[in-house]
Amino acid sequence: MIGSPDVVAFTKDDDFGDSYTDPCLLPAEFSVPLFPHAANANPWTKTSYAKFSKDFILISEFSEQVGPQPLLTIPDDPRVCGTFDLNYFSLRIMSVDYQASFVGHPPGCSYPKLNFVEDSKVVLGDSKEGAFAYVHHLTLYDLEARGFVRPFCMAYISADERKIMQQFQQLSSGFSKASESLKSGNRKAFANELEKKLQDLEYTRTVLHKETELQKMNNGCYSTQVIEKANELANVEKSIYEHKDLLRQIMSYPNKKMDTDYVQYEPEKPVETNMVDHTFSSTHSISRDKCVETDNASQQLSYTPQLIKAKSAKCFDKRLKTLEELCDSNFFHQTMDHLNLIEKTFRGDLCFIYTSQIDWALLSKQKISSFLFEEERHGEEEENSRNLYDTDHNPHIALPSLSNLSGEPMSLESYATCVEIGHHKLELESMEGPPESSTSDITQETSEEAVDTETKGSFSSDRSIEALGNISPANPNGFVRRSTNEVCTVTLSEQQGEILPGAAPDKMSPSLGYKLDVYTADMFETENLVQIDTACCIGQDGFIYEEPLPVPVQQCCEDTVVKQEPLSLLQGDPALQVDYIFGESGLPLGPSMGLMLPEESTSVHSEEMARMNIEDVSDCTSYMSTSTSSDRAGSPFTYGSLITVKQKKKAGNSALRFIRQYPFAQQAIFCVLSGQTLVVLGAEEGTVRKLVNALSIFVPNLGKYGETVQPWLTTSFQLTDLQRWKLIGLQRVASPAGSSMLHSLSRYSRYIGILDCDNKTLRCHPYRGTVLGHMADHRTQIKRGSTYYLHVQSMLTQLAAKAFLYTFCHHVHLPINTDDQGSVELRRTNFLLQLGYTEEESKIIQFLSELIKQNFFQWPLKGLSQSVFSFSYTTSVLYKI
Amino acid sequence: MLRWIMGGRGSQGTIEKSAALCIGEEQPKNCFTELQVLKGHFDIVRFLVQIDDFRFASAGDDGMVLVWNVETGERLVELRGHTQQITAMTTYTFIKGERPHTALITASSDRTLSVSLHTHTHTHTHTHTHTHTHCLLVLDHLDVWLSGGNELCVWNRDFQLKCKTVHHRDESNVSWVVDLVIFKLNLSEAEMSILAIHHLADHQDTIRSLININNELFASGSHIGELILWDTVNWTIQAYEHILWEEPAGDGQSEVRIGQQKQSEMSIQHMYSDGELITAAVGSGLYVYNAVMKSIVAYRKVAHDSDILHTELLDNGRVMSCSEDGSIRIWELQDLPLAAEPASTGFFGMFGTFGRSGKQAGAPTKKLLEVPGLRSLELIGDLIGHSGAVQMFVSFGVKGLVTCSADHLLIVWKDGKRESQLRSLALFQKLEQSGGL
Repeated sequence: MIGSPDVVAFTKDDDFGDSYTDPCLLPAEFSVPLFPHAANANPWTKTSYAKFSKDFILISEFSEQVGPQPLLTIPDDPRVCGTFDLNYFSLRIMSVDYQASFVGHPPGCSYPKLNFVEDSKVVLGDSKEGAFAYVHHLTLYDLEARGFVRPFCMAYISADERKIMQQFQQLSSGFSKASESLKSGNRKAFANELEKKLQDLEYTRTVLHKETELQKMNNGCYSTQVIEKANELANVEKSIYEHKDLLRQIMSYPNKKMDTDYVQYEPEKPVETNMVDHTFSSTHSISRDKCVETDNASQQLSYTPQLIKAKSAKCFDKRLKTLEELCDSNFFHQTMDHLNLIEKTFRGDLCFIYTSQIDWALLSKQKISSFLFEEERHGEEEENSRNLYDTDHNPHIALPSLSNLSGEPMSLESYATCVEIGHHKLELESMEGPPESSTSDITQETSEEAVDTETKGSFSSDRSIEALGNISPANPNGFVRRSTNEVCTVTLSEQQGEILPGAAPDKMSPSLGYKLDVYTADMFETENLVQIDTACCIGQDGFIYEEPLPVPVQQCCEDTVVKQEPLSLLQGDPALQVDYIFGESGLPLGPSMGLMLPEESTSVHSEEMARMNIEDVSDCTSYMSTSTSSDRAGSPFTYGSLITVKQKKKAGNSALRFIRQYPFAQQAIFCVLSGQTLVVLGAEEGTVRKLVNALSIFVPNLGKYGETVQPWLTTSFQLTDLQRWKLIGLQRVASPAGSSMLHSLSRYSRYIGILDCDNKTLRCHPYRGTVLGHMADHRTQIKRGSTYYLHVQSMLTQLAAKAFLYTFCHHVHLPINTDDQGSVELRRTNFLLQLGYTEEESKIIQFLSELIKQNFFQWPLKGLSQSVFSFSYTTSVLYKI
Repeated sequence: MLRWIMGGRGSQGTIEKSAALCIGEEQPKNCFTELQVLKGHFDIVRFLVQIDDFRFASAGDDGMVLVWNVETGERLVELRGHTQQITAMTTYTFIKGERPHTALITASSDRTLSVSLHTHTHTHTHTHTHTHTHCLLVLDHLDVWLSGGNELCVWNRDFQLKCKTVHHRDESNVSWVVDLVIFKLNLSEAEMSILAIHHLADHQDTIRSLININNELFASGSHIGELILWDTVNWTIQAYEHILWEEPAGDGQSEVRIGQQKQSEMSIQHMYSDGELITAAVGSGLYVYNAVMKSIVAYRKVAHDSDILHTELLDNGRVMSCSEDGSIRIWELQDLPLAAEPASTGFFGMFGTFGRSGKQAGAPTKKLLEVPGLRSLELIGDLIGHSGAVQMFVSFGVKGLVTCSADHLLIVWKDGKRESQLRSLALFQKLEQSGGL
């Protein structure tokens, strides 16, 4: 046994070992890892004793008042969580939040500074609870919160650890999107909040100033009241600058970051530098905390400026904003939708997820023929899965993260992490036993040894490092560099302390950080849903306007000497208030000018913004809305929504009933499959619709919205309708009005098959063969509709594969010869004969082949004049029960 | 069929009225197994003109002229100029600058004539005439074209009026003309003149159609079924056929005559000749006449359910006809079965149907023997697609057949097998270009 590994290693390295690869083998990216348990283990037995029934998503918050608390779960159903202690688990997952959500006064800087902290992603497990979670930490800004930030986390909780580990990439990209959506909504809301707050402050200042003047008049310049007022005024002034700066910071957030690459950080730097260039005099004697407290009291939702009381309410009395308030409502609901999608996508067993992923990956490679019977991948689940497993960016979709990670150049830390993960992965896959067997108590304050067994807990993507580390290298401003570096260091040391005690912070070089960024950009898809936060963009414009303000005003801004009269004081109080509202003061109002501009433009564009938001939302939830696309306009009676697998499975149920009930079901299916339009005729709408629904699963090229099916038609039809619809439900009318319809039926009888569901007769071309017998056996043992649907689907896929071969096989083996059409024809016919198809079955293949050709040429199927309508002159036969 | 849908399940056995002509759905000789519907017109499409191998123009009551590609079904050019329905359309090819140019000449009820050059650019030239133009005739060898209405005008290719007559009759198929006027076009060096040189007044009713058969003969058909072959040189009648459908069937079938015979059933709506054979659309029947042998080749009294509007001889000895009933039928000239066989399936079968009795069964057989060389027109296929009267069709040979109809549609009928092969070929070529899938 000792020698055998060497032997294996030797042959591995040898060329002979690689020379032959079985062509039948699936490519590596499509292989499903074997079940790691021993052979006698039942893979379906529940290995964990989790207290919840199925996977769910938990959003929890580290509240500054009550500590970690769960906010909501998806699905929002108490049965899902069962007896699982959400509070305890929230505590667990929130305690992993070691990221530097560093806001406030960085050392060396005396006023608050926002950092756009990247999310951190952690996998942690609690084997005692039987729960494993992918935890996505994010921070949201809140003006009232301590340090302006409120830490949140979203967690995908599953009893299956492998599911979390192996779907890490997908989970990560899915949650990143959700988080991005939340954060952009939050930035918008935060900016709005700041703007309102600034208005309040401006107004308060003028009021205070006026009062001071009054006091001066009454009590003389050096009375205690005057000094008090002056101090108060100074505080307000300072508060204004701080808020303005915050606003500027939040608006300078690189909105386009998600669009392309992290490299886009570069252009944003000057902006940040400029912001920080405003060096303030160190007269800020009042602590920022007090500032915050001042803020807290004054938050009003109206646009009318409010007077701000100097003293604030107690910290614990205030009501913290809910998550929905914190983010813009639109964004919040969009995120919830997205999270619901994630939940749906990852629902079920890991095998199932693997299979569907592979399924999807294979299907996307089969675009040439997959349109025939596969549903369009734009349904609710499909859209999500497309987003999650974007193959363009990430070819190794179905593989665990190991393959991805190891392929990329890494920074030292993440490399080490990867190695750990990889190690863990190997452990998982090498059938050494279930990972749950590790008995170590998994807690966050892990000891060195626990890191190994509890890798689940320490898998972090080091987001915060990347972001900050990237800013620092090219930044020309020493001040900022210093501050960010410090932030960096803090972050690093914290993280390293957690994960890799050995790594030193100075090992992180900018270039490595940059590479990391590339890697993360890989993980983010470019096509994602970034909502362009118009409020922020417009806000930036507003600040550009602010730049060329008159010099004296600027001085007024920068000079924090309390005694100086603000120009605005020259006006009366009521007028002043109005001016603040409308921002139309004739005199330069100094800071308020800069303040109002964005406000104004926001209001101007608010409609547009709202519309954009709606568009965003509707984009995301398009499956819910009735589509108004042009191709559907032609067929106004079709289903209003996308055809989904679910619908098809339901249709499978009726199809099953149909084939049991009607002995001529095969003929009807043949009619549909061979491209002959089948008219289901009946007096009762429900019956007809049901039959149409049942037969629709057999219609080739059903279309995204089922546009080739007309479930209920009450008027007579034309030839062009036959060209467009392959399955029509037609109302039988007894009145003379129906005679024209019956006339068209008889007139076009050669082009259609007629299924009369009142008399239970079918008139169509005869079918002889066995293929459809397998598909529609009325003595079938299949009991369930969804099973039958899958059965039919597999048979149809076989047909589609044959049609594909029929279409292309000639080309594969022989060159094109234009003169030699006869022999080509012969060969093609022989091909069908070799497949053992009867004449009728050949017709099906030929029809499918024509569809493939048309699709290949991208013939616009919408323009009816462009599409052709084929038929054959064959005598129809009348079938009766 | 209809009855079956109506729910009358027991009525399957009864033969419908036109059962003799209903060939059913099994049509092995009918190669048109693919169709393409061309939409574009907003009113009845009346005229189709083939321009070249793959292009054709359509015109109709909406005053539009559309030029199509028969292979792809693409609409190439849209010509809007006329404000009222188009009454005549023809192509006119002339050599100009060593290149043949093809022009479309259209005449409309708005009393304008329009020439559209559409080889490269399309230019419109409008000229007002004072009367309606019903007919356009291009004389290629003289490089002039004629427009006929109440007056006859001669135009050259530059759209200059050469001369005209204010005659109330002309050489064309103006419906109220009873007698035929032959005009002679005098070509002199300076000017052209046109003269009426002969009046042929042998028709007893209005002349519906007139065609040129070959250099020696032309034929005219009248409303009451007179078919006269004329000599082009001396304007003498070469042959006279009065098509009364009862005639060949012979004696004593008065019941048929009384019941069925309307004037329009004998009207010669359209004639077509390939130089030897003439097909005439006579009412709802078809008539094939050999102009050289001056004998009837074949005929079928009820070829369609209503009047035939257009008929043509195809290359392969087949006859095609389209009718107001909305169908196009393809016929094949077949030698009749031997006289000994009962002519139950032949064209005489219909007499049995219409006579509502089988007693004439013997008579047609007898009659058959009297006409030597008589062949039968066998229905080998019908094309159903239009929901209105099929006005006209143009055959592109293997490339297909274009029909136009009162339902505003044009339908291109194609050989499905051939089209499928062409598509495969195009597919492979595209694959070659793109280097595989």
